Amino acid sequence: MTNSEISSETDVSADGATLAATSVDPSQAMVELETRGLSRRVGERVLVSDISLQVSRGEILAIVGASGAGKSSFLRLLNRLDEPTSGTVLLKSIDYRTIAPQELRRRVGMVMQTAYLFPGTVAANIAFGPTQRGEILAPDRIAGLLERVGLPGFADRHVSNLSGGEAQRVALARTIANEPEVLLLDEPTSALDEASVRGIENLILGIARERRMTCVMVTHNRDQAVRMAERTMIMEAGRLVAIGPTSEVLHVR
Amino acid sequence: MFAELQNSIGNDVMMGLAQAVGAIALCAAVVALCAWQSVHVEREAAVSIARGLVQMVFIGIVLALMLHGNLLIGSLILLLMTIAAALTAARRIKGIDDGFLLCFWSIAAGAGTIIAVMLATRSLRPDIAILVPVGSMIIANAMNACAQAIERFRAEILAHVGQIEAGLSLGAEPAVAVSPHLQSAVYASLLPRLDMMKSLGLVWIPGVMAGMVVSGASPVYAGIYQFIIVAMILSASGITSLVATILVRSRVFSTAAQLTLRPAEAAAVK
Repeated sequence: MTNSEISSETDVSADGATLAATSVDPSQAMVELETRGLSRRVGERVLVSDISLQVSRGEILAIVGASGAGKSSFLRLLNRLDEPTSGTVLLKSIDYRTIAPQELRRRVGMVMQTAYLFPGTVAANIAFGPTQRGEILAPDRIAGLLERVGLPGFADRHVSNLSGGEAQRVALARTIANEPEVLLLDEPTSALDEASVRGIENLILGIARERRMTCVMVTHNRDQAVRMAERTMIMEAGRLVAIGPTSEVLHVR
Repeated sequence: MFAELQNSIGNDVMMGLAQAVGAIALCAAVVALCAWQSVHVEREAAVSIARGLVQMVFIGIVLALMLHGNLLIGSLILLLMTIAAALTAARRIKGIDDGFLLCFWSIAAGAGTIIAVMLATRSLRPDIAILVPVGSMIIANAMNACAQAIERFRAEILAHVGQIEAGLSLGAEPAVAVSPHLQSAVYASLLPRLDMMKSLGLVWIPGVMAGMVVSGASPVYAGIYQFIIVAMILSASGITSLVATILVRSRVFSTAAQLTLRPAEAAAVK
């Protein structure tokens, strides 16, 4: 199956309405992440149903939909936190089942809705990922990451002394420390106040642009999708019902 | 063999049964007191008391019959006790596959290793009258440690799913992602045994020591021997807890390092 074939499949909404062409045409750019017929079922419940799509390198794709639409379930399949019932994911055209889970998750990093920092210092949290591979993250590299997320001088702070926004910034720096190729974001600003939301959004946009990092972001906030994502996909009851340029998809809906 | 049994059934047994009736009456009064405060343990208490009495009379008869049996018979009795302990511990575990086998191997590893070491170092005589009661104390404590460690580990995992998955998402091996929770579970399961050791001789003089003193042994030697037994109980509990939590760890992750024990799955089991 060629890239353009997959692109034409996924740019069609469930009711048959063809959506406009994407601003980042996967057939023209290097495909970083691809899903083929990705499905997950738990008992009788269908969480994700037959989703095929491509995400190009450096692209930000937003996933929107109502609660229970399967957005987070879909995201969890992308770094194999859950196992698909059928279908698969290709990372740079390689089936992710052939990649060791630990290596896959380093390459496809995830920032969760809640920061879930480990007890200890901010520096220990940021060094966690590289430590798993036997790498020691130099103090100046930790300081650089903290500076990048707007928390200079926070290295020795205990995580229990951080605000929600600060904790989410540390979680982002902790994931970036692994130098992922793809960044998955599961409603990373849903627990934050409006001022912190804009700060984190700008931070993610800045980092994604600097590193040409591919991002797949779940959000329940359509305005956030408009502000951040080039393309948006809409999910309903586990199915992909529309995908295309954010302004067009959300306007269509 | 039956002469031993006949000898043991006499006035002592009748007096023991009368005392048991008194003990049951006291338990019943406490159960009634609990019920007065709306704590209803009547049925569970009745079953436990009946089982306890029947089981102790039964083991007394077995010991009387087997008093001069060899090490093989003693080992067989301890094996049956280990199976019963595994069944009891497994009943308290939900949401973990193969609960009985998991408990059996854990208790067998902990109690078996320690009993073997005690036999090899001659701190335990291969005499059924000593081997079975001492072995049973070690197995019973290993059983409690096993159930406590597994229950705590399971609860810790369910309470920290997000943190564990955050670790996995950063490329951690499952063993690393759950390591703080495994440590916490093992520690919690050992606390009662550590407290038992701390209070030894101060607030608690165990039955074995009292029995040895009554039967004429030196009180100092009886005290040292009791310490050895409690130390062995602590060691057996430690091995059991470690083996149990490591076995649980291997069952709550898939081969693709995905956490399979999650609140929804746990709730479905209940």
